Amino acid sequence: MRVPSWLADPRARVLVLLAVLIALAPLLFPSGYYYRVGTLVFLNALTVTGLVILTGYAGQVSLGHAGFFGIGAYACAVGTSHFGLAPGLCVALGAGLAGGLALAVGRPILRLKSHYLAVATLGLGILIAMVLTNEGQWTGGPDGMSAPTLPLRAWLRAWGVPLSPAQAWYALSGLVLLAGAWMALSLRESASGRALRALHDSEVAARVIGIDVARAKGRAFAISAVYASVAGSLMALFNGFVNPAMAGFMHSIELVTMVVLGGAGSVLGGVVGATVLTVLPQTLTVFQEYEMTMLGLIMMVMMIFLRQGVVPGLVGAWTAWRGRRARP
Amino acid sequence: MSLLDVEGLSIHFGGLAAVTDVSFKVEAGEIVSIIGPNGAGKTTLFNMISGLYRPSSGCVRLNGEKVTGLPPEALARRGLSRTFQNLQVFQQMTVLENVMAGCHLGEKSGWLSDLLGLPASRRQTRATRDRAMALLDRLDLARWATRPASALSYGLLKRLEIGRALAAEPRLLLLDEPAAGCNAVETNDIDALIVELAAAGIGILLVEHDMKLVMRLSKHILVLDRGVKIAEGAPEVIGRDPTVIAAYLGRHGQDESEKGAASCR
Repeated sequence: MRVPSWLADPRARVLVLLAVLIALAPLLFPSGYYYRVGTLVFLNALTVTGLVILTGYAGQVSLGHAGFFGIGAYACAVGTSHFGLAPGLCVALGAGLAGGLALAVGRPILRLKSHYLAVATLGLGILIAMVLTNEGQWTGGPDGMSAPTLPLRAWLRAWGVPLSPAQAWYALSGLVLLAGAWMALSLRESASGRALRALHDSEVAARVIGIDVARAKGRAFAISAVYASVAGSLMALFNGFVNPAMAGFMHSIELVTMVVLGGAGSVLGGVVGATVLTVLPQTLTVFQEYEMTMLGLIMMVMMIFLRQGVVPGLVGAWTAWRGRRARP
Repeated sequence: MSLLDVEGLSIHFGGLAAVTDVSFKVEAGEIVSIIGPNGAGKTTLFNMISGLYRPSSGCVRLNGEKVTGLPPEALARRGLSRTFQNLQVFQQMTVLENVMAGCHLGEKSGWLSDLLGLPASRRQTRATRDRAMALLDRLDLARWATRPASALSYGLLKRLEIGRALAAEPRLLLLDEPAAGCNAVETNDIDALIVELAAAGIGILLVEHDMKLVMRLSKHILVLDRGVKIAEGAPEVIGRDPTVIAAYLGRHGQDESEKGAASCR
């Protein structure tokens, strides 16, 4: 069978694979509840795709990315309830705020290397969560606040789309994830993406070939913050509720675990990581109770056995196995 | 006006004077070598010229423009490129991507266009790929293009690093021990490549321990010892200079020096 030429582009192949999985997954859903799980998976995967750009391409670790997720979530909740803004506008405002903050804070923070950077981003995340917890008159304090729910049922009926709101959310978040994945994949094969991957391997060599390393890292940080913010905004609209835990340290750790589990350098790996770590607690009650223990365990096992992550690790093992079989 | 004009360059780390008052010039198409025993300050001098270290005093001029203390990325835009003694290849990228990354300065596409995968961004990447492929052909590395750089032998990596530096189309190229760890064949290849580059008008500043290579290629040699320039001149002058021989072989090694100098020629 001849492969059509547009499929020769690896970007297109990943995207088609994702689209097919998103479209076919509902066939396996035992109940409507799983559309909800699917939406959670896609929104987490969106955040993780942003982190793939930051951690996988550029090699910079952020332990505070839930902070940007929280900014997006609260932008929707606060913007609509206190200022009466349209939810769509709030999503954009949150993205702008998160991106702007990342650019402003990124300059000094991203000058730090490895664990210093990790600790600084950790501080940033905690700071954002603290503000959300303490500014009670705006944010509802530690208990959180309600966010607007979109009048999906009415819209769907008006447009004559035969979907339930849960199915509509599933489709919407799936499409947003596809768009996010497309952008991350495009970036990877572009001049800017090569600059990020170059500075990942050697900052000094990257500078010598003319890459403005500080600027490139700042951009990657801001882009990943926008991803997290958009995902947070959609999560707020989806749940109709926000609380400071969305911006909390544990959520940041969850996100990093998803990236590491799937394989930091690969967009598909990020989606796999997000899927596994979202679905397990939703389906296995045992997992839910011991979630943090499990996360820790997964991290340790991954670091020992599959440091590159599940997807690149397995692809590597498969290539090696085929290579061995090819020359007996 | 010289391509590179270094004047009275010094740097000290705390109380240690690593390089003291070094001056020299490199013209376009000229090969100038810096030699000296280990720890003489050759790489430190390179790091100052390429903007990785800020000199304590002195002045570096590129094409007459004072560039002392500018960061490496600014120097790259002004036509200075370099390789590293301990390889700094982008190990997780393919050979082709390494050279494509080297083309960064010539690439015109914005972040937004790159993120959205707009046609302009794709066209740019295609153009860059063609340019990088041509360069790999020239360096005889084309057959490794799709391999990850980490799969290459040491000698090939050395050449790849030169290729990446060339992709930036430098007017001045700093080569830090390009032949170190290479076998005789690889050394000959690198030798020929350096001559070819100089013939194309690129000024070359070379740090190298392979004396045969240095003596054969250089128009001008600079000898450093403990951070101080102890001699300079044409290869034949340097080969006979008693201070140079003393620095390399110790003051009691004069007898050996005859043999040493002979083997250099």
